[in-house]
Amino acid sequence: MPITLNVNGAAREVDADPDTPLLWVVREDLGLTGTKYGCGIAQCGACTVHLDGAPLRSCSAPVSAAAGRKLTTIEGLSSRAAKAVQKAWVELDVVQCGYCQSGQIMQATALLERNARPSDRDIDQAMAGNICRCATYQRIRAAIHAASKQLSA
Amino acid sequence: MRAAQRSDVSTGLRSVSMAWSLFMAGVAAAQPVALQAPGAFDAIQDRQERSRALFVEAGKVLQSPRCLNCHPKGDRPTQGADMHPHEPWVVRGADGHGASGLQCTTCHQAANFGPSNVPGHAMWHLAPASMAWQQQSLGQICVQLKDRRRNGGKTLAQIQAHMARDELVGWGWSPGGDRAPAPGTQEQLGALVQAWIDSGAACPAP
Repeated sequence: MPITLNVNGAAREVDADPDTPLLWVVREDLGLTGTKYGCGIAQCGACTVHLDGAPLRSCSAPVSAAAGRKLTTIEGLSSRAAKAVQKAWVELDVVQCGYCQSGQIMQATALLERNARPSDRDIDQAMAGNICRCATYQRIRAAIHAASKQLSA
Repeated sequence: MRAAQRSDVSTGLRSVSMAWSLFMAGVAAAQPVALQAPGAFDAIQDRQERSRALFVEAGKVLQSPRCLNCHPKGDRPTQGADMHPHEPWVVRGADGHGASGLQCTTCHQAANFGPSNVPGHAMWHLAPASMAWQQQSLGQICVQLKDRRRNGGKTLAQIQAHMARDELVGWGWSPGGDRAPAPGTQEQLGALVQAWIDSGAACPAP
């Protein structure tokens, strides 16, 4: 059935069963492949998007949950916190294979939008659901701290 | 029979035995656990003893994984029938809805979601730390339930209403996926708790 979504600020209509995982609709119907499928069971965080600014594992939500709400994918990040995160990620060369990183960036951005000066503990607790098989965790942590400094400057 | 052949046979037997145990465990897990009705305890003459027995029956629900997983001691919920630590690592946060950067709603939606097997309910959150039930005996849980300093200020009537009608409590009987529901039904639990209250709300030994 037709569903209208607000995706990265634009109205997009898709024809999907309301129970279709949002991740599938984002990648296949909307063609926004920056959001990744990693596990399909909310264990890895690669599928993280924002719904009304809050992080969401899109593999674990039906597309109907996004109807009438503001959906942001990695392609559409534009907030001050998002720009600081992206800058820090580049400057600190965080990425190795890159597969987890759109989820990491989405989650880190959501953290900094809520808490501009997170402690290591805050970072642990916010990022615990985002797995990186290349183990770039130390660089992710450093980049979040760097982005935080940038936001406070 | 040569040693290698004996080893093969015993390995084979172990595999068959393990497969059978898993099968039977699966069969056992699939059987819903029944709750007795309050009337089943009428034969107990002593009022206090009857009251305690009613609570023990209700305890089959209170101490089921469906309830205990969200009544943890400490800040981390557990999950699964074996109540292993919740994966990924999540914490209670300020109000039981998760850390500010990783709220329960990041993964848990308004309803159980089949494709990811993630359970859900609109009010998904942890019970407060004062209502920790894990690592407590049933007697200790009983005392805690009655203590208004630890039960959110509830009267016994409100405790009964919570058990009998709260919707998140009710999720325990419709957990979705491969999760075994709590024993009996929410209505039966409500009746047992009412009968427990009516018989003096006595607690089992701690």
